Amino acid sequence: MIRINCPFCGERDHSEFGYGGDGSIEYPPLDASAEAWTQAVFERENIRGVQTESWQHVSGCRQWLLVERDTMTHEIHSVRAAHSGVAAVVEKEQQS
Amino acid sequence: MTRFSAWSVFRNGLKGQSGWDRQWRDPQPKAEYDVVIVGGGLHGLATAYYLAKNHGQKNIAVVEKGWLGGGNGGRNTTIVRSNYFMRGNRQFYEHSLKLWEDLSHDLNYNVMFSQRSHISLLHSPAAIDGAARRYNTMRLTGTDAEIWDLNTLKANVPHLNYSADARFPIMGAAVQKRAGTARHDAVAWGYARAADALGVDILQNCEVTGTTREDGRITAIETSRGRIGAKKVGFAVAGNTSRLWQMAGFSTLPIESHKLQAFVSEPLKPLLDQVVVFGVGGAHFYISQSDKGGMVFGGDLDWYKSYAQRGNLPIVQDVAECAVSILPCLGRVRLLRHWSGVMDMSMDGAPFICKTPLPNLYLNAGWNYGGFKASPASGWYFADLIANDRPHNVISNFTLDRFERGINIDERGAGPDPKLHG
Amino acid sequence: MSASRLKTGGHIDRTREIEFRWDNTRYTGFKGDTLASALLANGETIFGRSFKYHRPRGVMSAGVEESGAIVTTGKANRRDPNVKATTQEIFPGLEARGQNAWPNVRRDCGAVNNLMGRFFSAGFYYKTFMGIPPFEWGRKGTGIWMQYEKLIRRAAGMGKASREPDPDHYEHGHLFCDVLVVGSGPSGLAAAVKCAEQGLDVLLVEQDFEFGGDYLNHSSEESLRKRDAALAKLNSAGARVMSRTTAFGLYDYGVAGLLQRVTDHLPNPEPSLPRQRFLTLRARHTILATGALERHFAFGNNDLPGIMNAHAADAYVNRFGVLPGQQVVVATNNDSAYNTANQLARVGASVTLVDARTAIPDSISGLLGTRGVELVTGSTVLNAVGKRHITAVELADAVGSGWKQGPTRDCDLLLVSGGWSPVVNLLSHRGVRPQWDHDNCCFVPAPTNEAITSTGSSLGIWGNSDCEDAGRAAADAAIASVGNQTNTVAMPAAGGWETPLQPLYEVNVDGVSKKSFIDPQHDVTADDVRLAHQEGFVSVEHLKRYTTLGMATDQGKMGNIIGMALMAEALGKEVPDVGTTTFRPPYTPISIGALAGRAFGAHFKALRRTPMHDWNLEHGATMVDAGLWQRPWYFAREGETITEAYIREATTTRKTVGLCDVTSLGKIAIQGPDATELINRVYSNAFAKLPIGKARYGIMLRDDGIVMDDGTTWRFSDTDYFMTTTTAHAAKVMVWLEELLQMRWPDLKVHVTSVSEQWAGVAVAGPNSRDVLAACIADASVVTNDALPFMGVVETTLANGAPCRIARISFSGEMAFEVYVGSDHANGMMDLLHTQAMLVDGCLYGTEALGALRIEKGHVTGVELDGRATIDDAGLGKMASDKKSYIGSALRKRPELMREDRPRLVGIFPKDRSEKFKAGSILCRTDKVAGHGEGWITAVTHSPELGHWIGLGYISGGHEHWADSTLVAADPVRTGNTEVEIVSPHMVDPTGERMHG
Repeated sequence: MIRINCPFCGERDHSEFGYGGDGSIEYPPLDASAEAWTQAVFERENIRGVQTESWQHVSGCRQWLLVERDTMTHEIHSVRAAHSGVAAVVEKEQQS
Repeated sequence: MTRFSAWSVFRNGLKGQSGWDRQWRDPQPKAEYDVVIVGGGLHGLATAYYLAKNHGQKNIAVVEKGWLGGGNGGRNTTIVRSNYFMRGNRQFYEHSLKLWEDLSHDLNYNVMFSQRSHISLLHSPAAIDGAARRYNTMRLTGTDAEIWDLNTLKANVPHLNYSADARFPIMGAAVQKRAGTARHDAVAWGYARAADALGVDILQNCEVTGTTREDGRITAIETSRGRIGAKKVGFAVAGNTSRLWQMAGFSTLPIESHKLQAFVSEPLKPLLDQVVVFGVGGAHFYISQSDKGGMVFGGDLDWYKSYAQRGNLPIVQDVAECAVSILPCLGRVRLLRHWSGVMDMSMDGAPFICKTPLPNLYLNAGWNYGGFKASPASGWYFADLIANDRPHNVISNFTLDRFERGINIDERGAGPDPKLHG
Repeated sequence: MSASRLKTGGHIDRTREIEFRWDNTRYTGFKGDTLASALLANGETIFGRSFKYHRPRGVMSAGVEESGAIVTTGKANRRDPNVKATTQEIFPGLEARGQNAWPNVRRDCGAVNNLMGRFFSAGFYYKTFMGIPPFEWGRKGTGIWMQYEKLIRRAAGMGKASREPDPDHYEHGHLFCDVLVVGSGPSGLAAAVKCAEQGLDVLLVEQDFEFGGDYLNHSSEESLRKRDAALAKLNSAGARVMSRTTAFGLYDYGVAGLLQRVTDHLPNPEPSLPRQRFLTLRARHTILATGALERHFAFGNNDLPGIMNAHAADAYVNRFGVLPGQQVVVATNNDSAYNTANQLARVGASVTLVDARTAIPDSISGLLGTRGVELVTGSTVLNAVGKRHITAVELADAVGSGWKQGPTRDCDLLLVSGGWSPVVNLLSHRGVRPQWDHDNCCFVPAPTNEAITSTGSSLGIWGNSDCEDAGRAAADAAIASVGNQTNTVAMPAAGGWETPLQPLYEVNVDGVSKKSFIDPQHDVTADDVRLAHQEGFVSVEHLKRYTTLGMATDQGKMGNIIGMALMAEALGKEVPDVGTTTFRPPYTPISIGALAGRAFGAHFKALRRTPMHDWNLEHGATMVDAGLWQRPWYFAREGETITEAYIREATTTRKTVGLCDVTSLGKIAIQGPDATELINRVYSNAFAKLPIGKARYGIMLRDDGIVMDDGTTWRFSDTDYFMTTTTAHAAKVMVWLEELLQMRWPDLKVHVTSVSEQWAGVAVAGPNSRDVLAACIADASVVTNDALPFMGVVETTLANGAPCRIARISFSGEMAFEVYVGSDHANGMMDLLHTQAMLVDGCLYGTEALGALRIEKGHVTGVELDGRATIDDAGLGKMASDKKSYIGSALRKRPELMREDRPRLVGIFPKDRSEKFKAGSILCRTDKVAGHGEGWITAVTHSPELGHWIGLGYISGGHEHWADSTLVAADPVRTGNTEVEIVSPHMVDPTGERMHG
């Protein structure tokens, strides 16, 4: 069982979360070319090691999270809210 | 090579087994080969065998980082079937099934392909109609396929949960009788022995560490046993495809690595004579009984990307729930072992047997859950591709550019999310 | 033949005699006995038959590593095959019997296999059974193999499982602790006590029914006192201790899988008690005090009943008060068996100790003199002699580095110690490969970065007092890892014997040796290992797979190392060069029922019911599964078949009015200043200008341009929308919108909320729908044609005061409305509408009639939008906007998706209107009913409107291309072929007059 430390709910079993996928993908603008979209939608670096990936706390706060996790050992290095604005607020609160 | 037969078993029994040779040699790598296949799994070994057998290639090496057959070939739940219905997939997997049917004779190695029937349970009128489309297509393309009503199913598979109080009562089943199971390790050994007999060098404990490129071609691979020159190179390294791809100087592929668990119970006297598949309400489960008596079963992926060959408890629990739901007598049966393998999950659930941007590099990858049953045809068509430098019509869609072109061979219609193609 | 109960001693309760049955005969034992100890005490010798050769097998150990005494317990639907007699507690009424034998384990016809043994070498089955013997004639097919397979399957397997559903129930639990200690032997108890006394939350688990581990196997009272004192300390420190609980696997993040056996030892358990519990434990630190298992070594007939591990005899004598033999030979290569020899001599056995080593210091051998144990050094066992039980041993004497045949000695018990193997299994589950300890000839745990500490014998530390120190040192490691304190106790070094162990894996003298077993449970012999080497199966994984070494129910606990050692010898290498062995969970086999818990049968998956579920049932509904939902399928009147019922329901709806529960549709509240922008990006058709008070049908695509879902979205204000999705994709669409808002478009100010459970919905459809609805709401004027035109939406109240929202939308093609109320008001709404509908001879309709109505209209559902269809395939391409970019717009026009010969949605009529055809049929040309065909049929219904069967489907090029053609709907797996015609998918009211009217 992977345990994910949700910034909003605390450490929980991974079975509470839905796995998104490679969180480093930057999706192009909607009006970008088919080529750019093909790359984003279908192509994967498929890192063996630490990758940034997305998980959603489906059975919790429903926040999408960006998780740095080692795909060999499953060890998690960091978890933050995927929404940049939310992540900034969380970080600020943690500092204060 | 000593020919295997009841006679040779008998003779060697009398003389203390002294007459058996190594089943394959342990050669030193040559300086160069005409074809180097990277990956000593089922697909790589089959490729080497068919290159030698069908295309008369003499100078072939298979390089394997560990022991041959040690990847998913030795970790799967041994199911062989051809109930695919999309164009291309249909012909490919049917060809594979035909190769399976004669494989023991062809290799002179008993791979124990048991055509014991593959039975997909159906739980609603809509599911029966959905299966009918698939199984009608199979029938119309010349394959055996049946839809069974409940009574036929009960008569053939007696111990399933036929209760009307089941969460999803069984209404019938889609059946392929020619499908079944095989002894997975034996397939690797059989191909290795037969390929070796045709002169293929199988180089175990030979890990690829890099590639040498000159003038836009691969000229050699660097390995833990030294540099090996190659006129043509084929990659067949499920689970490690992306890493090797990047070693060859490329970046991305339409592949993610996920792990799939598999399970076996303690050995029991015969309890289940067919392969049974149960998939309803979001569940996915398949089970058969090995000749040794263990109930062999599996279910979904662990749902997150992973290169670790070990699974976690939520799926163990899911699979157990399915097991007891569909075969209620399994409650008291004990799980002996569970393990996991790393799958190349592709973006549409279909594989790649194709050329690459380098003219003498060929790729065989993306087998999702389906690699075991595919291995004979995978080797057959990959050999054909490498030998003739053009894809056979049957595999013309198994290309890397199919997403760009919009070719759809997605059997599940799950879309570009690799984890959904189980 | 002379095992017997000692007059005194042991930790059994001699005041509590227990009666049980073995092979239909009554026996008695005492509380605290295992089945093995009780049967040994009764003089039983043969407990089982081996897998392949059907050789008789007796008790080989006193624990989970047992490979001989494997039996079946219970009966009928509580039959449990493959139970280790050495771990099964006896209880009043226990029934056990032998297995894999006919008629019984004492006289087994299968033993004929043993005579054929020379032909049944490792992997022989890969070499034959393919064709017609003897030369495997025939070049094709699997027919001959499958005949053989039937026989092989019957011969293989071990016990027979019950065919009946398991009557017992199981529970799941979730636990947390600071420190998990696995094992309650000297090191485990010491570790647990120290952690608990430091205030940590400790959980100690012990697989046995008694705590104490090796403390139980000693004769001294001191051992038990130590155990009891430790348990008392744990109790007062508030630690949790669980016996009969196996830590069967270690998983990521300090998670351990525990299996607690709750009633397996009880004669008549409380029905409320689960048989077993599967507990998921999350520990901050794990201490593995799992001990070590004694190995045997290979010599001739080393599987005969009457041969067991040396230390097992300590357990039988000291724990169970059973003397397993009178005339005992102990064969060892290490110090540990000296104590065993002493123990047996102490209780009256005549004991000879043969030690493979030659130089034994007095400090060890001196112990023996007082007890009368005869010591023979430089000697070991070559062959065991006996047919059904050991009667003698042929010894071998050391010559140089080998052996020569020595004298024969009579005996009735042979105890074997070939060294010890630490239990590294749980650490192996974490992917930690053990290291070879050359001095002790065993694999020991390698360091790990995880919060796991191995200790005691599982670390290769042999002495009890060293193990106690090791436990305290492990506790320090755990305390440091959990609470940041520094270590104080040093971990003792591995080992602890005075004389080095002499590696001994096989005793073999050419021409004299008999069959010698490495893995007795699977009948893997030393010769099998050599054959594997000869044939090139040299890596440890090949060895295991080719010979089946270690694949039996003990997972190679006893045999793996010997097999590897023999392979190493054949290769001229060291053991670790052959490889390490990977152990997989579970440590010992665990029942599948425990893992499943309560989620099977009717409780397999959650059942979703709409708030008017009971109301529907009261009104005659037959339900159908739709994903996890149950929906009304049809409302049959007395004597009606499903077909009659849905045709009546559809006809009534078209003629007057029908009501259908549509609550299972997904419903999402989309609110915020950028709600319009979100919706406009998500749907392929234009939404930017949807007026307030209007709804619109929308189609959303996936990133790859394929249709994801469809539904209607209603606008209530500038910033407030209500989206409906299909039943099947409700959750998926919600997750999708959240992903888009949180990950891709964080700048959009929109809030999405799933309100699927909050709103109950009903479709009111048919020419009289407006009148019926008007009669049920507080203000009828809000639903007039002017006030609520086609696609209008309104928020109002029902006549009973319940707030509701109404949209004039139509899936049936009739004038129709969807009405939503808060879920608590569902029944009230249905009562109102139903009463009014009945006044105009209306009806309730289910999904079957809903299907008929939508098929007539050519409206698509999930069977048409199957994850492969494009919006153009579905005939809805014109809806897609050219003026905006949206999700999927970039990829929906990839070249292959734009081909003219793509399958397009069409309607299908039978050529002969009286004929019927089925969904799932393939559309073929009449001259080529083969191959993939030209298309397929997705849905079929009897059309009340047209009076014949009709269908929807896809065909290459669309209906214009096939106008006036006859095709075949081929359904070879069910009904055969039917001639059909292709028509427009809009088969009834193509202009939509009824909806708008």
